[in-house]
Amino acid sequence: MTPWTVLADAAGNLYPARMQMALSLGWHIVFSCFGIAFPLITVFTEWLGHRRGDEHLTALAHTFAKAMGVLFAAGAVSGTLLSFEMGILWPVLMDRFGEVYGFPFVLEGFAFFIEAIFVGVYLFGWNRLSPRAHMLSALPMALSGMAGAFFVVAANAWMNNPTGFSLDDQGRVVDARPWAAMFGPSTWPQVVHMLLGAYMVTGFTIASVYAVGMLRGRTEPRHRAGLVIPLAFAAVVTPVQIGVGDWIAKTVAENQPAKLAAMEGLNRTMAGAPLSVGGIYSGDRMRYALEIPDGLSLLIHHDPHGVVRGLEEFPADQRPPVNVVHLAFDTMVGLGTALLLLSAWFGWSWWRRRRVPASRWFLRAVGVSGAAAILALEAGWVTTEVGRQPWIVYGILRTADAVSPAAGLYLGFYAVAAIYLVLTALTVVVLRRLAASPATPAPQEVDAEPPERSSGEAAVR
Amino acid sequence: MTLAEVVLSIMFVGLIAYALFGGADFGAGIWDLLAGGTRRGARQRDLIERSIAPIWEANHVWLIFVLVVLWTAFSGAFAAVVSTLYIPLTLAAFGMIARGAAFAFRKSVTTLGMRRSLGAAFAFSSLVTPYFLGAVVGGVASGRVPPGIAAGDVITSWVNPTSVLGGVLAILVCAYLAAVFLCADARREGDDVLADQFRLRALGTAALTGLAGIAGLFVLRADAPRLFDGLTGRALPAVLLSVVAGVAALVALATRRYLPARAMSALAVTAILLGWALAQYPYLLLPEVTIEEAARGRATLVAMLVALVGGAAILAPALVYLYVLFQRSADPHAPPSRTLSR
Ligand code: HDD
Ligand code: HEM
Ligand code: HEM
Repeated sequence: MTPWTVLADAAGNLYPARMQMALSLGWHIVFSCFGIAFPLITVFTEWLGHRRGDEHLTALAHTFAKAMGVLFAAGAVSGTLLSFEMGILWPVLMDRFGEVYGFPFVLEGFAFFIEAIFVGVYLFGWNRLSPRAHMLSALPMALSGMAGAFFVVAANAWMNNPTGFSLDDQGRVVDARPWAAMFGPSTWPQVVHMLLGAYMVTGFTIASVYAVGMLRGRTEPRHRAGLVIPLAFAAVVTPVQIGVGDWIAKTVAENQPAKLAAMEGLNRTMAGAPLSVGGIYSGDRMRYALEIPDGLSLLIHHDPHGVVRGLEEFPADQRPPVNVVHLAFDTMVGLGTALLLLSAWFGWSWWRRRRVPASRWFLRAVGVSGAAAILALEAGWVTTEVGRQPWIVYGILRTADAVSPAAGLYLGFYAVAAIYLVLTALTVVVLRRLAASPATPAPQEVDAEPPERSSGEAAVR
Repeated sequence: MTLAEVVLSIMFVGLIAYALFGGADFGAGIWDLLAGGTRRGARQRDLIERSIAPIWEANHVWLIFVLVVLWTAFSGAFAAVVSTLYIPLTLAAFGMIARGAAFAFRKSVTTLGMRRSLGAAFAFSSLVTPYFLGAVVGGVASGRVPPGIAAGDVITSWVNPTSVLGGVLAILVCAYLAAVFLCADARREGDDVLADQFRLRALGTAALTGLAGIAGLFVLRADAPRLFDGLTGRALPAVLLSVVAGVAALVALATRRYLPARAMSALAVTAILLGWALAQYPYLLLPEVTIEEAARGRATLVAMLVALVGGAAILAPALVYLYVLFQRSADPHAPPSRTLSR
């Protein structure tokens, strides 16, 4: 191949490779949230059931555990694809920086190994282990889920804020220090924000399934508990998440000023910068936005006259696509605020009356809260990832230079899109069945029910 | 041994574990494919299902482990391999998705049609995935991956005699391991008829694998002379060990001693993988890049070693617990539990 065709291929591969990465990650993240947060919610329900001697709660926990098994399986297969894609799509990134930031992935491998083992133990051990041993077996699962998230997000935080290495004059890494790279300035805010986000997604989504059930007239105790327990988890976490959002925004302002400026569509560096809600950025300024005077300066510096840097300070080829980032950021913050209100409504009613608000509007709101939380999470990641553009490693390596030049790579995107379409449909079918009939086994369980006999045939499995 | 060799060896232990556990897992899927019609194959499929249900996820994390160790400690060589061989790797990843999802979901669906198509997806992807992985090994072992990003030919690097050999051998080895493992599972369930069925299959695939191995030597001599020289030179003891263990496994199978058969067949596969490693030593990418040249900075390697040792200390007891739990509850007289294996 001549150098020219190699270049042409790299250019042609860039867009589909990004889309493929975004699609795979965007899909995986939803399921990994359940891998992070579902174990604790499930084992809490189980514990409550044993403590109160309440059969309904124990049965509910069993249903939770099965749903967790299905979601875990979906998370595991999509994660496997991701591990391949990191190298297949971005070999230059791995080549140049694998030794610096690949390390957390090694630890992540262990964390998921432990998690996969104990998901097997937990589901298999239902009714086989003593309640105590069984609940204990959930703890490694909960811990390793969170640890796994830490490691992956630490790797992402490194891409946002690369630390722990030096470059020689040809741009080659010398003196890689993987431990230091894992604990860069973005790591803690991003990890905490992600973990809380996972609890919000999981809590609101499960609660919304039961809320829809209650709207359809299913109000037995088991159903109520299915709404209240996950919702309580989510409602406790939400206000904290908003606070952490403030922390993470400050970290971004400090380390990635171009991203922050894009999040707010701020062109000029100024004191007393406004907070822009909605609107479109064109011709180097925000149009049609609702502006809250001094809002941004207050948020970032806790001072109405604080100076915020605008996009004008960065050469045009170092600015992220403003509209996507701004819109995604507003979506996240808007939905986060809405979920905060919902949590407050629930908390108030529980505090004063020890019950779920009676209004059907409450159930409707909970019914959509799961989708809202997932959307907020995706929007947050779009803010982070698109806001980092055009860099794959902020300030050091451009995304366009990291993509594989291999011929035909772009075709992978179409295949991945088709596969995820099928996979999503299947997951939904299986979860719906699980909701309709709690006897449905989870993938890790062995005692599968035989299939319908009505067709007169023996089992096909 | 240098530090880089230690880290690479640990990776190789992971690779062997994947070949054994993941391989048997794939093989079980291949037998599922060949179990025959819906009615006739039902009992075999039941056994297969029960044998892999609780552990299939854990079995496949070994591969992730291999990938992450390579990309951290040998980033450049890793980037060269995956960018040149991206087509079979992508196809293998798709196969894993199809396999995992179909296996996970098929027992949760009830309609016969859905079950059939998911079952077919599971079985078919069990067949093609090891092929592609074997083809990748063939491409690397025959020196078709030069250093550099996508520097090799994206087609001939995996469509070549050594890769075909690697793919076919991978399928045969998976099927063979699974048949041997399933014999003991069936016996433990007290189903001697089923055990005998799998015994015959184990013997058959053993014969086929042996034939393919012998034919393979000629392929390698023509297509990958360096590897051939290594295998018949430095790595000869490992190759011979593999042959001896393979024959011992045959004897054990013939006399229905299934547990020794398991051990011997696992040894045979391990030895042949070791043979490959020895034959290629000291090169990571034949014929240019040695392990030392490919290894990255010392701080990274040390961190890796700490993580690998510490991680193994946590992982090993957990894995042992998993397998012990399943084997213990595999007692056929303890009613609710049905058998599990490995
Ligand atoms: C349920 C999910 C959820 C909710 C309600 C919020 N976030 Fe968020 N946000 C995330 C879920 C998320 C996330 C998806 O988890 C991200 C992506 C990367 C990360 O670390 O967290 C994220 C990223 C992210 C970033 C970019 C970080 C970076 O680029 O490094 C900022 C500045 C904020 N968030 C700020 C906020 C604020 C001020 C919120 C207040 C309402 C908020 N988030 C609510
Ligand atoms: C799980 C949540 C995540 C989502 C939804 C997400 C989303 C995205 C999106 C939308 C892009 C494309 C950006 C663009 O081209 O404008 C992207 C790129 C990318 N992301 Fe993420 N991301 C996530 C997490 C991660 C993590 C944890 C990592 C690595 C540790 C990562 C690594 C990458 C890489 C390597 C690219 C390609 C290069 C680039 O476009 O910058 N992402 N992701
Ligand atoms: C912010 C982004 C991510 C988070 C929070 C996350 C979290 C998780 C969690 C909690 C699991 C286990 C539970 C489950 O499967 O449901 C999981 C599985 C997995 N993830 Fe991710 N992940 C992220 C991105 C990635 C990336 C970028 C990769 C690869 C480069 C990756 C690779 C994997 C793999 C291989 C598995 C399967 C492990 C197994 O088989 O058990 N993940 N992820």
